[in-house]
Amino acid sequence: MAAENIAATVAKPARPNSVVIAFAVMVAVLVLAPLPPFSVYPVDLIRALCFALFACAFNLLIGYGGLLSFGHALFFGWASYVAAHLAKIGTISLPYWAGAWSWIVIPLPPLTPELAILGGTLFAGFLGVIAGSLAIRRQGIYFAMITLALAQMMYFFALQAKFTGGEDGIQGVPRGHLFGVIDLSDTIAMYVFVAVVFVAAFALIYRIIHSPFGEVLKAIRENEPRAISLGYRTERYKLAAFVMSAALAGLAGATKAIAIGLASLTDVQWQMSGEVVLMTLVGGLGTIFGPVVGAAIIVAMQTQLVSFGQWVTIIQGVIFVVCVLLFRRGVVGELAARLRIRL
Amino acid sequence: MIEIFGIPSTALFGQLLVGLINGSFYALLSLGLAVIFGMLNIINFAHGAQYMMGAFAAYLLLDTFDIGYWPALVLAPILVGATGIVVERLFLQWLYKLDHLYGLLLTFGLALIIEGAFRHGFGSSGLPYRVPDSLQGAQNLGFMFLPNYRAWVIVVSAVVCFGTWFVIERTRLGAYLRAATENPTLVRAFGIDVPRMIMLTYGFGVALAALAGVLAAPIYNVSPQMGSELIIVVFAVVVIGGMGSILGAILTGFGLGIIEGLTKVFFPEASNTVIFVIMAIVLLIRPAGLFGRGA
Repeated sequence: MAAENIAATVAKPARPNSVVIAFAVMVAVLVLAPLPPFSVYPVDLIRALCFALFACAFNLLIGYGGLLSFGHALFFGWASYVAAHLAKIGTISLPYWAGAWSWIVIPLPPLTPELAILGGTLFAGFLGVIAGSLAIRRQGIYFAMITLALAQMMYFFALQAKFTGGEDGIQGVPRGHLFGVIDLSDTIAMYVFVAVVFVAAFALIYRIIHSPFGEVLKAIRENEPRAISLGYRTERYKLAAFVMSAALAGLAGATKAIAIGLASLTDVQWQMSGEVVLMTLVGGLGTIFGPVVGAAIIVAMQTQLVSFGQWVTIIQGVIFVVCVLLFRRGVVGELAARLRIRL
Repeated sequence: MIEIFGIPSTALFGQLLVGLINGSFYALLSLGLAVIFGMLNIINFAHGAQYMMGAFAAYLLLDTFDIGYWPALVLAPILVGATGIVVERLFLQWLYKLDHLYGLLLTFGLALIIEGAFRHGFGSSGLPYRVPDSLQGAQNLGFMFLPNYRAWVIVVSAVVCFGTWFVIERTRLGAYLRAATENPTLVRAFGIDVPRMIMLTYGFGVALAALAGVLAAPIYNVSPQMGSELIIVVFAVVVIGGMGSILGAILTGFGLGIIEGLTKVFFPEASNTVIFVIMAIVLLIRPAGLFGRGA
């Protein structure tokens, strides 16, 4: 018993090697997957990458801040609407009240993909500021219920607003030319673009987690009163983490809207919030690579079982129950614990 | 025709009635959530699915066994409550020592399983359930027509809500429950079987949801997704009211139903979102909720 404990503490201090190796493996998988012996359909890979980024963004909040958001579809879905609109139409109309409702119209041409994605990401960050400053006023399960309720409110806005296209969504979003130069209409070119966005965002999240900010965040997760007594203004840290997570989830949603060419109600529904929780849980809460693996597993399952209709929902429910009861560390968490490394 | 604020009074009272009906369901469901949370420290995400199961139990009792509304009103909550007890024994009892969030995640998974299974078996379209013969018809109140069944729903849910409040706050059994919520170890030391009490509490909370489902069956169609959107609104109601107080949960439920009904008259576009907006405002002004005792 004691020997085991000592072994655990000795092995614990980060062996950065394991992270480097895992990162190399991940990049290798990204490069090899669309190539011949594997030949995974690039559109499936694009979807998997977008969801993997979404799950990583979600994990930043739950895994390192200890805050369970049950409304992350809000950021994913609204960013995808904004990006799709900017890429397809461009013109922004904002209502304002001056005795009667009128519109400020900002005439814009349809934007290039990177600007559309940037727009979606910023909007998600903006929503994150609003939703976050409300939600961090309560803790634990209340936090989860508040984020879920706010997301449901914005779902109804998406259903009623004109620019979102209601039940139809925004269809036929052009992929366009990156920086106005590189043509993304080829699926492989698009895959490379999405993969670069993903790896960059993944590196950014890794950096955030291992920065002094990330350390304070983990301290708050472990013991908030103690962090307060050490003089940290925990509210600010939690809000900052929430906004970063929201913006990164928005980046995932905006990229998906451009790459797949569709923004729809599916992306803002509560089921989507549940799916990202599931991906992160399956992969391993609070592990760096867990959400990526979890997203790959869930997307692969959905693609394989697409003809089984309602069974997908049932199986997802069963996975939730099994993970919570027997497998709380998730795939990567379990692996890391077995090998006594950090992943 | 009388007009109030430029709105025909029949429309106003009609929507007030709809609001009261919705409020009855909010009150019954948030009461169940509060009772379960008090004892188990778990937010029961499957509550909406169990409400749906109640409605389906009534439908299936009628459809396959020819058992009518009145027996179903008692049988369906007992049956669904029994499934709740099974769920508690099989799954939930292993989670009490973990973070509250795992309870939420597990019951979310259960909700997916239940909803998916019912959708698989019955499709997504609604199934009709007839109002029982003895509650057909309506009363003319002079300013509006009050359908008998709707009056019945409001009365039943008010009686059940206040009955539950009375049992928990004013009886010996309720005193045990409240004591076990405060300090389970000490209550066990006095020789009271706390695990069994927790099990029965969950069964009771689930039965409350199922009762709401049976009451709802003749008003809304019986459909697999009837619970999932409702439960999100009920979560907002719970955040507004705070789960510390049983009476608070009941009053918030009825009150918000009425506000929602009025919004349908004066600003219909916002009727879906008004409860969430109120939640945001309450969080700004009184973060602990109207009746809450701290976070």
